[in-house]
Amino acid sequence: MASLNVNGEDVEVDAEPSTPLLWVLREQLNLTGTKYGCGIAQCGSCTVHIDGAPVRSCVRPLSALKPEQQIVTIEGLSRNGTHAVQRAWRALDVPQCGYCQSGMIMAVSALLHYIPNPSDADIDAAINNICRCGTYNRVRAAIRLVVQGRVPRSAARPLEPGEGSAA
Amino acid sequence: MSAGLISPLSRRGFLASAGAAAGGLMVSFHLPLAQAASPSPEINAWVVVKPDDTVVIRIARSEMGQGTLTGLAQLVAEELDCNWARVTTEYPTPGQNLARQRVWGSFATGGSRGIRESQEYVRQGGATARMLLVQAAAQAWGVPAGECVTSKGIITHTPSGRKTLYGRVAAAAAQLTPPDPASIVLKDPSSWTIAGKRLLRLDTFKKTTGAQRYGIDLTLGGMLNAAIKDCPVFGGTVKSFKAAPLLRRRGVKKVVQVGPSAVAVVADTWWRARSALEALAIEWDYGPNAGIAQADIRQTVKAGLEGEATAVGNSNGDAAAAIAGAARKIEAVYSYPYQNHATLEPMNATARWTPQRCEVWVPTQNGEAALAAAAEAAGLPLEQCEVHKLDPGGGFGRRGLNDFVTQAVQIAKALPGTPIKLIWSREEDMQHGFYHPITSAKLSAGLDADGNVSGLHMRLSGQSILATVAPQAMRDGKDMLVFQGLNASGPEAAIGYSFPNLLIEHAMRNPHVPAGFWRGVNLNQNTLYLECFIDEIAHAAGQDPLALRRKLMAGHPKHLAVLNAVAERAGWGTPPPAGVYRGLAQAMGFGSYVAACAEVSVSPAGKLKIHRIVAATDPGHAVNPQQIEAQVEGSFVFGLSAALFGEITIKDGAVEQKNFDSYPVMRLADMPAVETIVMPSGDFWGGVGEPTIAVAAPAVLNAIFAATGKRVRELPLRTQDLRPA
Repeated sequence: MASLNVNGEDVEVDAEPSTPLLWVLREQLNLTGTKYGCGIAQCGSCTVHIDGAPVRSCVRPLSALKPEQQIVTIEGLSRNGTHAVQRAWRALDVPQCGYCQSGMIMAVSALLHYIPNPSDADIDAAINNICRCGTYNRVRAAIRLVVQGRVPRSAARPLEPGEGSAA
Repeated sequence: MSAGLISPLSRRGFLASAGAAAGGLMVSFHLPLAQAASPSPEINAWVVVKPDDTVVIRIARSEMGQGTLTGLAQLVAEELDCNWARVTTEYPTPGQNLARQRVWGSFATGGSRGIRESQEYVRQGGATARMLLVQAAAQAWGVPAGECVTSKGIITHTPSGRKTLYGRVAAAAAQLTPPDPASIVLKDPSSWTIAGKRLLRLDTFKKTTGAQRYGIDLTLGGMLNAAIKDCPVFGGTVKSFKAAPLLRRRGVKKVVQVGPSAVAVVADTWWRARSALEALAIEWDYGPNAGIAQADIRQTVKAGLEGEATAVGNSNGDAAAAIAGAARKIEAVYSYPYQNHATLEPMNATARWTPQRCEVWVPTQNGEAALAAAAEAAGLPLEQCEVHKLDPGGGFGRRGLNDFVTQAVQIAKALPGTPIKLIWSREEDMQHGFYHPITSAKLSAGLDADGNVSGLHMRLSGQSILATVAPQAMRDGKDMLVFQGLNASGPEAAIGYSFPNLLIEHAMRNPHVPAGFWRGVNLNQNTLYLECFIDEIAHAAGQDPLALRRKLMAGHPKHLAVLNAVAERAGWGTPPPAGVYRGLAQAMGFGSYVAACAEVSVSPAGKLKIHRIVAATDPGHAVNPQQIEAQVEGSFVFGLSAALFGEITIKDGAVEQKNFDSYPVMRLADMPAVETIVMPSGDFWGGVGEPTIAVAAPAVLNAIFAATGKRVRELPLRTQDLRPA
């Protein structure tokens, strides 16, 4: 048995030490918002926060985790999806299929935690998650919305022409 | 109603449709209907109104990111005149569709057909439901229905001012006989208030909280997980494997041979199944293709550039004579490599089989084909099978095929009564796709003394998609889909140029690698070949590429309109920023007209940067312009991923690439600004998910030529030396 702290709760996990955190989350803790896309830290769909830092959980074995580390998944990022990044995502309709977006949102929220006003180069370097649908320009536009403090409380209005599209 | 689509189809008709996933091009969100079944009666097949005025709109097509779910709901809601804020959606199941004589029409979601092919009957569904609700209210009030009007889910009797809500009359409306379909008049799009608007999607919230359930996330009581390995060489088989040592591993329940060519390990968790599979010693018979290398495939395709053609796709005049007699001749050979779909959610399907019944839960682009595949694998009649659609984490054409459904059912048959969730590893997904076909083209043009194009000959060579996935759709050994975008005329994919002499022909050359519908399909390479070659002709003739196109496109006003729109917005003819160069491309496909202007720079070291792309789309009708913009932007990511990075190659008969490290794709840092002009001209319905992909690569390649003087005729760009000539 291994002890972990996930989304603020202490949990006991019965899995082999070599099991990646991704599969511990998905198959032991039923936290399926964190996605499998490649298994080799290429695509970023499995991104979670460990003590605030973005981590690709598919290559982080259970044996490398300590009980005191604070692991946060997309399910624990906020109550009811109210984090500014999540709200910006909804205001600009960022997701298409949505499969990469948990990882994308976790990567962006970590970036903005460390660099509240990132340059384009900062964004390019930090957000290298793969999105096959091609939401990149809306991802960048949504980051700007957060940085500029223009995220609406709730997204209910239609998108304006060009909104979310300019890179 | 549109008789061909809604009228009862026989069981045989269903099977034909489901099996011929590709009759046209083939190419889903929510709880299966059975689980979501509302106690409220349906008004008709498309609309359920609950007592609290929630409107449930039934969606038959799959939602894999392209926004079809929201667009179709907008069309139904528009005619229904309901309150958009109270709209939810649900999926009917393929089994329900079968039981109800295909009341929801086709479930196939491909070829950018999700909206354009079903728009008429879903709007009629909404309009019919509105008429029934009005009739129910009018009857309750004892007034003529014609004196009642509707708005936002409220029915008003105009003379008396009496009002009621849809939810209050829904139960009564459900008992009424539907009106004569001929009496239904659909709204003029100019009066739309829900359709045509830049509304936010209905399915975004869950996609921001991790709550969206994909096929890979499914959990059922007593479920086990399966990992699978198919013979790496296409056409190979399993010789033997040693299951015994695996059965001592924790969680492992069974090792199953799946068909002739694959082995699966079933365990309590997928990670344990996968780890055990990695440790399994499998002896393969690699079969007849084990010696095939990429060079062999290239040679096979190259050979088709000469000699007899298989099919002629478009011809007028005598191109050969015109080119032979021309003052000047231009010739070029282009090629386009295999590409994998690489949906971010790997292939998966969950199946539960008993001798009496088979149920499948699967992210699919074609629920009915999935049901047919499940029934066949289960050895059961269709009526004893059911498919529950789950939203795919990407489709791009790959999930129009259901090989993974067949596998899941085959595994489930080995463990009767136990739900088995089969998940492919990324490596399995990379190596067992149905790839964008490999092709090549030899183009020749003749110029007369005045620099006018006297003739064009385009010889296509390469792989037929239909030969792999739908040979029954071929005629006399010909696959006419290979001419996508090059047809002489028609509403789907017509060429935008007129030449005095023209011959476009195809020589089919089918390597052993399975080909499939890959977002954009044959329009991708055909547009690259033609648009780059037009650019070559322009430069050879000393003409401006836009001016030459305008001359050749005079008889193709819709093609020309989108091209002119991007040229104007991009500022063609005005100087670009220092070091930046422009390239153009246009195409028609999937019923829509598209064009792009790319702005690029190439450093002295040969490093390419794509700064900006201006794109225009005329889809006839624009159901949700902001989602069209999203599809256009995404199309550049898909098309430029292929152009910059994408290449599947073969060694010893097998795919060499295994994961995103060896099959790189575009990332945020590579992404240019995209300005999208949506310019619906109103008299047709075109698709938007695919056509723009085709103009991405040629617009960039033409801009690279402008920047460097180098004509790139092979992809991907990462293997090309772009240092200025």
